[in-house]
Amino acid sequence: MAINKIFASYKDAVADVKDGSVIFIGNFAGPGGTPFYLIKALRDQGAKNLTIVANTAGGIGLTLDYDDHRILFQNHQVTKVIASFPFSTSPKRPSDAEKQIVAGEVELEMVPQGTLAERIRAGGAGIAAFYTPTGPGTVIEEGKERRYFNGRPHLLEYGLRADFALVRAWKADTKGNLIFRGTQRQFNPMMAMGADITVAEVDEIVEPGEINPNCVVVSSIYVKRIVKVSENPGFPRHLETDFQVKGELE
Amino acid sequence: MSKEKLSREAIAMRIAKEFFDGAVVNLGIGIPTLCSSFVPEGMDVTYHTENGALGFGRVVTQEDMDKYADIDLTNAGGQYVYPKPGMSFFSHADSFAMIRGGRVDISVLGVLEVNDKGDLANWMFPGRGVGNIGGGMDLAFCAKRIIGATEHVTKDNKFKIVKNCSIPLTAPHCMDMLVTDIAVIKFTPKGLVLQEIAPGWTPAEVQELTEPKLIVPADLKEIELL
Repeated sequence: MAINKIFASYKDAVADVKDGSVIFIGNFAGPGGTPFYLIKALRDQGAKNLTIVANTAGGIGLTLDYDDHRILFQNHQVTKVIASFPFSTSPKRPSDAEKQIVAGEVELEMVPQGTLAERIRAGGAGIAAFYTPTGPGTVIEEGKERRYFNGRPHLLEYGLRADFALVRAWKADTKGNLIFRGTQRQFNPMMAMGADITVAEVDEIVEPGEINPNCVVVSSIYVKRIVKVSENPGFPRHLETDFQVKGELE
Repeated sequence: MSKEKLSREAIAMRIAKEFFDGAVVNLGIGIPTLCSSFVPEGMDVTYHTENGALGFGRVVTQEDMDKYADIDLTNAGGQYVYPKPGMSFFSHADSFAMIRGGRVDISVLGVLEVNDKGDLANWMFPGRGVGNIGGGMDLAFCAKRIIGATEHVTKDNKFKIVKNCSIPLTAPHCMDMLVTDIAVIKFTPKGLVLQEIAPGWTPAEVQELTEPKLIVPADLKEIELL
């Protein structure tokens, strides 16, 4: 019998997140590729002492101001954050995370972005640790093993796994295969691979066979739960196009 | 005696002269982003962005916002960019595989401090005690060529080109070239070479605003933008 992965509500999809869980959240600099509605549901669900792994710590406001995982910090649900870009770029508008990190309420582990992506990928790929050339001779080296390969210093970095991944995709089929739209993809595929329970927030759910198998980015086995977005968050988006263009626009 | 300095656009124009046909280029936030506007027509430069795209177009103009602004097609600064034939999308893991794997020819980065050994410090917000490492550290360590884009001194006239960096490093010994509003400086094993100078400036005047000693070669040129 087919397993039903479609959840009727964001609330149901995150109902069993326990206190102390490690949560991957798909996220980069803007709203694209961020699962807003699952984040809101997790805020309402209220699990505490969470470790959040995401590119930012929310609320960095580079181009648009919007509610992302900053609401989990506002609601004091986070005790640790692992991120590459944790702080707002504007000193006048420090993020909630920044205030809590500076006050010592939240522990920050800052990781170079490429190392963060690879640590998440490694976690999902069954690789315990790896050596990367990024970081020797900087604050990132503190407490890490240094080893030389071909005369170049490398640092030992560990794979990361999570209890839950909240990811954003464009389309899912009912089996859980995912495809992404443009730069929405970012951290989402590795996060989907590296969590025990991956929940995907998607624009569209289609029947098996409707997504070209040559184009599947995340295979169905990684995705346990799917929720369709029916709200319009009001950001500029043109879902009628997939960015395939022929001929110059400029 | 306030002398003319290069505008941010002029700094970007000078840096764009370093691009070449077939180059893969990653542009940081700020002055670096402006470089894409000054690439000679017909030159085939492929832009790379950390958030998983190669070969995208320019930043969407104000007039085109209604039609082309889309949160699912942005550069690393979150700015909307145009789609372009031949572009590709990939995950963050693949994006940094390209960087670490040596596929990015030129990375143009902002600068807070550099020293004469080519150490770069650009991630800690001065005076705030916090900062964002982001993708800059991977780029500074792993892109083939690092070009810094900056004003020569800080807003309150302090050195940015220093003997010893006072803020945490992004990467040691990574700099290849620095383009400021008064000079083009090359990082060499012997030290900093003043390669080009803004019109109307003397090497002694540039040296006054630079803490480490500048080597002034016999063939010092005036900065040319075109």
